Amino acid sequence: MSRSRSLAIAAVVILVALALLPLVAEKFTVQFATRTLIMAIFAMSLNLLVGQAGLVSLGHAAFFGIAGYCLALFSPQYQAANFWTSLPLAMIAAGALAVVIGALVLRTSGVYFIMATLAFAQMFYSLLHDTGIAGGSDGMYIYVRPDASLFGWHPIDLEKFGDFYYVVLVLFLIVFGLVGVLRASLFGRVIAGIRVNEQRMRSLGFATFRYKLACFVIAGTLAGLAGYLAAAQFGVVNPDMLGWHLSGAVLMMVILGGMGTLAGPAIGAAAMLLLELGLQSLPMAADTNLAKHWQLPMGLAIVLVALYLPNGIARLLRRTAADD
Amino acid sequence: MDLATFLIQLLNAVQYGLLLFLIAGGLTLIFGIMGIINLAHGSFYMVGAYLAWSLSMHFGSLWLAIPAGIALSVILGLLLEWLLIRRLYRLGHLQQVLLTYGLILVIEELRSIIWGDEVHSVPMPELLSASIPLTDTLSYPVYRLGISAVCVVLALLLYYLIQRTRLGMMIRAGATNREMVQSLGIDIDLLYRFVFALGVALASFAGMVAAPVSSVFPGMGNQVLIICFVVVVIGGIGSVKGALVGALLIGLVDTFGKVVELKIGGFRLLPELAGMSVYLLMAVVLLWRPAGLFGKQV
Repeated sequence: MSRSRSLAIAAVVILVALALLPLVAEKFTVQFATRTLIMAIFAMSLNLLVGQAGLVSLGHAAFFGIAGYCLALFSPQYQAANFWTSLPLAMIAAGALAVVIGALVLRTSGVYFIMATLAFAQMFYSLLHDTGIAGGSDGMYIYVRPDASLFGWHPIDLEKFGDFYYVVLVLFLIVFGLVGVLRASLFGRVIAGIRVNEQRMRSLGFATFRYKLACFVIAGTLAGLAGYLAAAQFGVVNPDMLGWHLSGAVLMMVILGGMGTLAGPAIGAAAMLLLELGLQSLPMAADTNLAKHWQLPMGLAIVLVALYLPNGIARLLRRTAADD
Repeated sequence: MDLATFLIQLLNAVQYGLLLFLIAGGLTLIFGIMGIINLAHGSFYMVGAYLAWSLSMHFGSLWLAIPAGIALSVILGLLLEWLLIRRLYRLGHLQQVLLTYGLILVIEELRSIIWGDEVHSVPMPELLSASIPLTDTLSYPVYRLGISAVCVVLALLLYYLIQRTRLGMMIRAGATNREMVQSLGIDIDLLYRFVFALGVALASFAGMVAAPVSSVFPGMGNQVLIICFVVVVIGGIGSVKGALVGALLIGLVDTFGKVVELKIGGFRLLPELAGMSVYLLMAVVLLWRPAGLFGKQV
């Protein structure tokens, strides 16, 4: 069987399974799948930077968190925000933040870029953590999920976990398609060219800084989408949403799945969340509560991935498929 | 602000800056010489503080705890380099970031298993627990002056080691051309292991001397790590001199940001936004000199 054919079959199977999931699965599974899809959107947005443009950002959670905070601030207390206006506004806010941060950090490259992105994300973390804006270190609650009615018509009720899942699934597919189109477009090629040899792209006449900034802003906006959805799902935002632990975790998802590949980040998000779930439900061993210290095996797993799986699961699968 | 208060804050700022230098200096050294970006560097600061706490409980004195703690930190550094870090030299920054991020989680959880999650305080050594009176009501603790003095001595020693000794010469040569140094018959692997252990020991030592003035608590390393990144970005990566200047600048901005009151149009900017001030300083430096004050400008 040819590779493209087996790939197409796999894609159809996964799609059908995702579409049918709420009909067969319990609430917990559907909610877990929702969370996985949201993190997959987040990881795909980071992959645009890390995999496509070769920019290792360690502050990507800033955009995720800001959009989440936007939803919290747009929601009147105990009432729902309008889904159709609050979502674009939250994404625009994340994108605008990406313009400002991007314009600064893209003046640097390499290790400076890593450190500068981390530090700027931390700046917004400390802004939300130290000042009284939006609840300080405790964060804010979103009591009611956004209202998705259109002119009095209620096609979907986001309070229902099944409806919310389908909205997230559709948005995930849109982002997936968008990223796919972007990669194949001239824009995507230029970005990839910059990753390989920026000097050369510049001498070919491309304004590389603008391309990189555009890429940074698109990535930030999509991260905002994920952050908005995450805030809507959990009904709470706090400064940790912008924290560097999350930035590190999403970077892990991208690499675990396979950076620079289309499906890799989604695979990585699923693999990492499943691993986390598995480790958190570890049993008691002797006197130690293994589940409480789940970050220890997680940390070891990250170390091992960095050393022995630098190309990620997606490429591993591809190679296995090629060997057949 | 009167003169005595100003003097106290200035001394605090310098002490904080010098302490940051010990950590950021190691960070920048490890990057400049070995090309490794080490996110776990802040964790060594935390390990140092916990070592100071548990060893001073064990020995009953910080004076004994510090040398024992340094010895343990050096062993930890050598072990980690041998086990993990040396595998990173041929890998990219991305893998380095990922591996050292994983290392943070591992160290943090081991800390939780070995020492628990409580906040501890470490008593000051009695010899240095006095205060120097400045006015009738204000005084300055001798211990903080002691920290500054020790940091200055260490900074000078570091400078001497790198610029004036044969070992330092080999280290600098190794940073420029690894293969060439190796083919001249110098054991570069051993040299790198030494540099890494030196960085770990410096960060851990900073944690040990800071323990009596700040408390010992989980996550204390991460806070310091990010500030050290700011220091290194401001100073220029790989430049020890830059790390010193950057650390002192951050010490001044952070300390005075918390005590100075600044209002613009009825809105209190400081001290409310003091936490952001160091990052704003970094933004300004990035706009002005993207490679830092003492980095190689591109």
